Amino acid sequence: MRLNRDALFGALVFVLIAVVGVIRPSFVWPQNLVGLFNDTAVLVMLALAQMTVILTKCIDLSVAANIALTGVLVSEANAAFPGVPVPLIMLLAAGIGLLLGAFNGAMVWLVGIPSIVVTLGTLSIYRGLAFVASGGTSIVGHQMSPAFISLPREELLGLPMMSWFAIVVIAIFAVALRGTRTGRAFYAAGGNPTAAVYTGIDVGRTQFVAFCVSGTVAGFCGYLWATRFSIANVDMANGFELDVIASCVIGGVSISGGIGTVAGAVLGAIFFGVVRNALPVVYISPFWQLAVSGGAILAAVIINSGREKRAGRLILKEAAAS
Amino acid sequence: MTSTTPALEATGISKSFPGVKALENVELRLYPGTVTALIGENGAGKSTLVKILTGVYTPDSGSIALNGTSIVIPDAESAFRQGITATHQETVLFDELTVMENIFLGHPITGRFGLLDWRAMRARAREILAELEVDLDPDMRLRDLAIARKHLVAIARALSIDARIVIMDEPTASLSHKEVEELYSIVGKLKREGKAILFISHKFEEIFRIADEYAVFRDGRSVGSGRVAEATASRLISLMVGRTVDQVFPKVRVPLGETVFAVEDLSHPTEFADISFSLQKGEILGFYGLVGSGRSEIMQALFGVTRPSAGRIALSGKAITIRKPADAVDAGIVYVPEERQRAGAILPLPVFENMTLPSLHRITRRGFLDLAREFDLARKYATRLDLRASSLSQEVGTLSGGNQQKVVIGKWLATEPRVIILDEPTKGIDVGSKAAVHAFMGELVAQGLAVIMVSSELPEILGMSDRVVVMREGRMAGVFERAGLTAETLVAAATGNVAVEAA
Repeated sequence: MRLNRDALFGALVFVLIAVVGVIRPSFVWPQNLVGLFNDTAVLVMLALAQMTVILTKCIDLSVAANIALTGVLVSEANAAFPGVPVPLIMLLAAGIGLLLGAFNGAMVWLVGIPSIVVTLGTLSIYRGLAFVASGGTSIVGHQMSPAFISLPREELLGLPMMSWFAIVVIAIFAVALRGTRTGRAFYAAGGNPTAAVYTGIDVGRTQFVAFCVSGTVAGFCGYLWATRFSIANVDMANGFELDVIASCVIGGVSISGGIGTVAGAVLGAIFFGVVRNALPVVYISPFWQLAVSGGAILAAVIINSGREKRAGRLILKEAAAS
Repeated sequence: MTSTTPALEATGISKSFPGVKALENVELRLYPGTVTALIGENGAGKSTLVKILTGVYTPDSGSIALNGTSIVIPDAESAFRQGITATHQETVLFDELTVMENIFLGHPITGRFGLLDWRAMRARAREILAELEVDLDPDMRLRDLAIARKHLVAIARALSIDARIVIMDEPTASLSHKEVEELYSIVGKLKREGKAILFISHKFEEIFRIADEYAVFRDGRSVGSGRVAEATASRLISLMVGRTVDQVFPKVRVPLGETVFAVEDLSHPTEFADISFSLQKGEILGFYGLVGSGRSEIMQALFGVTRPSAGRIALSGKAITIRKPADAVDAGIVYVPEERQRAGAILPLPVFENMTLPSLHRITRRGFLDLAREFDLARKYATRLDLRASSLSQEVGTLSGGNQQKVVIGKWLATEPRVIILDEPTKGIDVGSKAAVHAFMGELVAQGLAVIMVSSELPEILGMSDRVVVMREGRMAGVFERAGLTAETLVAAATGNVAVEAA
């Protein structure tokens, strides 16, 4: 049933791309579609990480601030020590992100503060620290080493590395969420926390792990974000956490926890990317673009929740018939 | 004392829920200035009737009359307006509001322009509280009050609408001795004011102390009523439990083996004290007691959900420490909790993922789950329990109650436990699934498991247990052997009726 829904949603995304393609054939040229996926890569990775947190009945509002702080720190590290190999920089970014995520998780697990409050706080703290770290100025392209900037753009088999990163992250989540004990624990902890406790799952610890995952991915994306625009400053990814959460919701991830698939979250992010990219192409005025993309998100969510309700009614009908 | 017209008369009330007949043709009469005690086992239908009288449920058939005039009670507000009010076992008031706000919520005194007249409400609240001879400040926040005082606020609320019918659902369940006395004097006052009072209680001493009339329910039917003065405790107990055994229990006679599980002096600061018992291989140990007697709390402590303050637990003679549920599962103790929906299955997940959740460590290879072995494990227990599902990938939330229960039991059996704790294993499931669960318990002990069965259903306790521990108010009221055990003995022990116990 779950797979069915993802397939339907996938078809919807396909139809959307086709419709835009009819209006502007250049939109569906392969190189444009590759570019579209590449542009959405960061959103896809963050949506998967956010889904992990949402599965456990939590939410992480601090991901964009995490990107800003990590982005600024690794860019400064690169500017100061241009000789350090880029893979090491990427590890550093993921490591900083992990620390920031672990702090969120520890507040939720050990101090027992609701995640929305914790991450609303750290959202400001992390961005504030990015301000302190950058001293209010920007680290721009010519301060960064060429390897630092170019690695995500290098192509492998016709795809930029940025896209490959997203594909690898999708694969890791697909395997880890359904195929490991920790992955199952995310679903159980959010699907029914009380039952999870009785099954021997430590719900708080599971939520902590989810925040660590979210932080690690956000930190890694901090590096990618800095290279993509060749700039790192306090305003990086401002407000992007809302796009990430919207992608999850569009993709059928239940805000009340326990429900969500990798395919759904990925498609949700791609839908979001398509709408954002297609609107200028189909001549919608820039003034209207935000409102229209918001409307598209609402429509997707309404369709999704409508389907859930219908499933419920079917059960009642069956009961009445028997 | 009893006038001829009842203040409230309910006749021929029936109510069914899917698969369960909760009430069948029951009768109840309440008279002005009279306290009527409603007595019955857990699940006899008392709460359902209260919910019908207060407009929470609508009856399938039957009529309700107030002072001889037939009425309908479509919703809670209408019950309230017609002068029927209830104080519940756990008060349903608002902790963040003041005493006065709680009293007048839903029927405030309004002044000019429809604005709330706080001054008038404060004065009226003072008046009502003074009438009750209760020293309470109307501006106190409710969360700052003890539970007994909250009950008084609920009663004050009842008086604020000049209720004619006051229903008290186990009002003394959580009160201290002194508070109970205070409540009795208020009941006496309400009685003198001519209110008709329905008093639900499990405690015989208080029924004999304050009730004038009694009505007994059993399995959703009225089985007797009359004047308390003419009744005896043993008569009431036999009315409560005296049913024909219409179920045959598949009790398997298993030779009992060595002691596998022993609990000594287990205590909890607030819930239970001095619990000692042992469990042999192949034994079913019943835990009987009223709701709130501490049975589930003991089981939760044994499973590591809560921490006991003192006591020793030994498994096969070796002392073990259980700090968290994972420790219990590792040691081979599993707990199938009472509330399936809340604490049993994870509804959005498929059957197989639910079944294997506590056993995942056994099907993990190099950190990854072996899905083929996982399906084998799930299929094995689905077949053994005769689970009815379209596939193992079906979401548990779409299964029937009985099948959900089988998933939960299967999940625990898959861990290959040594001690299994079943808390109300057949509550709220249909007869067919009940029989399957009972038959399965027989299989379990035949395979050498030891079972603890918490149950409020006397036939189940009597039919399935080798021995029965009876709990009363957080302490053990006795341990009884199966041979010659009667329902009367158990109820007497559980309700603390010494006279019958001695007989």
